[in-house]
Amino acid sequence: MKFEGTDSYVATRDLTLAVNAAMTLQRPLLIKGEPGTGKTLLAEEVARALGRPLFQWHIKSTTKAQQGLYEYDAVSRLRDSQLGDPRVEDIAHYIVHGVLWQAFESDVPAVVLIDEIDKADIEFPNDLLRELDRMEFHCYELRKTISARHRPLIVITSNNEKELPDAFLRRCFFHYIRFPDKETMTRIVDVHYPGLKRELLREALEVFFELRDVPGLKKKPSTSELLDWLRLLLAEEIPPEALRAKDAKEAIPPLHGALLKNEQDVHLFERLAFMARRKT
Amino acid sequence: MLVDFFLHLKVRQLPVSTQELLALLEALKARLVGPSLDDFYLLARTVLVKDEAHYDRFDRAFAEYFKGLETLPGFDVDIPEEWLKLAARRHLSEADRLRLQKLSYEKLFDQFRRRLAEQQERHEGGSKWIGTAGTSPYGHGGYHPEGIRIGGESVGNRTAIKVWERREFRNLDDSVELGVRNIKVALRCLRRFARQGAATELDLDNTIAGTARNGGWLDLHLRPERHNAVKVLLFLDIGGSMDDHIRTCEALFSAARAEFKHLEHFYFHNCVYEGVWKDNRRRHDERTATWDVIHTYGPDYKLIFVGDASMSPYEIDRPGGSVEHWNDEPGALWLSRLRQAWPKAIWLNPLPEAHWHYTPSIRRLRELFGERMFPLTLDGLDRAMRTLAR
Repeated sequence: MKFEGTDSYVATRDLTLAVNAAMTLQRPLLIKGEPGTGKTLLAEEVARALGRPLFQWHIKSTTKAQQGLYEYDAVSRLRDSQLGDPRVEDIAHYIVHGVLWQAFESDVPAVVLIDEIDKADIEFPNDLLRELDRMEFHCYELRKTISARHRPLIVITSNNEKELPDAFLRRCFFHYIRFPDKETMTRIVDVHYPGLKRELLREALEVFFELRDVPGLKKKPSTSELLDWLRLLLAEEIPPEALRAKDAKEAIPPLHGALLKNEQDVHLFERLAFMARRKT
Repeated sequence: MLVDFFLHLKVRQLPVSTQELLALLEALKARLVGPSLDDFYLLARTVLVKDEAHYDRFDRAFAEYFKGLETLPGFDVDIPEEWLKLAARRHLSEADRLRLQKLSYEKLFDQFRRRLAEQQERHEGGSKWIGTAGTSPYGHGGYHPEGIRIGGESVGNRTAIKVWERREFRNLDDSVELGVRNIKVALRCLRRFARQGAATELDLDNTIAGTARNGGWLDLHLRPERHNAVKVLLFLDIGGSMDDHIRTCEALFSAARAEFKHLEHFYFHNCVYEGVWKDNRRRHDERTATWDVIHTYGPDYKLIFVGDASMSPYEIDRPGGSVEHWNDEPGALWLSRLRQAWPKAIWLNPLPEAHWHYTPSIRRLRELFGERMFPLTLDGLDRAMRTLAR
């Protein structure tokens, strides 16, 4: 079974190839890319398209690798022992299964999302090497080795805040999601707003890509921001002509707050618009 | 199979490992892609390259190797003629190489012109390739010490430009200078630096868990404290050619300000003398004596200079060499005083590293800084921070 994108997610040729390669060869797939290009969404859409269960593991700066496998809840056991609870005899009651354990025990092949792996401690990826390689780990408390019934497809996203160790990278396939070009962007918008007037879309994309080209913006608007903006334009029933208006007052696109999230960026943009106006 | 390609990537300094080559072969064996070079390119990139900073390098290496090859090796029965020629070109004998080295520059150009004209004729005659002999110094992939690289246009009587020839990932390469796109990555680099060096604090969660595990006996756990202990003293060269770069630097360091415990900045022009200033507009009224700076900030500060270090050598070595005023003591003396006050010091230079060698003042300052001068690129910044952290 191959992944070809879904009705709500446009996957480019290189992305589908990367996903299918990772699936066929059963390697983890590492995804990087600008914020808002749909890194996290990918795992959800792959799971949906292939009809596989999805296990999500969102990483924080305090997350430990062990938490993805299992945790031994010693505090509960101590409390239970003092209350004389009979459950205390069996340590298995106090082993809390992590995301990977659940995915390994799944009856059907699963998809695992390890989101924003770069947020974790620098040793985190190293601690998962063997688990991702062999798809098994040893539970010390139960004296038992848990191995995957079906090797899950593991999708890992990173925002590049930390470098990942070489040993870890060697075990992964890697794909960098580029910012979509105009053609892909049109397809993406089509998927989200099928009824959108062609004219409005063309004008909006024009404005959007022009805005992305403005030098010095702190945060360039991304795909998800474009989609939000389009929703607003639709809701406000802004006519396509309003976007094209290049004359004095209208030089700033309507509802630009959805595209520019930074006060300084808005100022910069207004200044540029003002200068452009003076020139004409 | 593909071993030559793999080794070619190694030569082009892509960090590829045998394991990854095997994975690529496995993928080919599983027939993941058809016999199309475009798909093979995507697959090879997914499997072999693990950092978008290396995409551009990979694109170049790929173009070099697969120039003139239209289908995937191993899938096609008849290997294209061009590829054979390319392979022949790569396996020159030592004697051939020596013979090639003897061609002078003018001769090379001359020959090139003639060969190009010749190629034009041949093109009309139906042949496709420039230089049929394996020792041609022209074109991609060949071995020649003074070879002329021909871009896609020159031999471009084939198909449209390939994906890898567009080089869309050029601005992700970590050896280019800092710009808006990569300033964020640079910031992370500084942040990492800022997080280092810390004491320990009580780890309450682990202490409770450990104590419970121990059956009630106290089991103390400590962990390194996550706080920013790094103090930075920033000296920025301002005026003239430096203005553009300074803006980048200021943006960079002020964005990182929250990460540092202390960050102080001072301006100077070309070289440091007895006075520096904090506000460039009022540089002539409000000067701070360099001695005061030295006495105010303790030796645990890290000293970062940013400047192009390009000036007349007199400005460094002679009293009165300054371009702005009469200085009683030479800049070199002041610099060595600063270096003594703060042993952890580096110099960031926005000029490309390859050009440093040609400017005497840069060589002199590098010497004064014990070779601790780094280019203002992501890679340079990374090396600089690592040096400072050591």
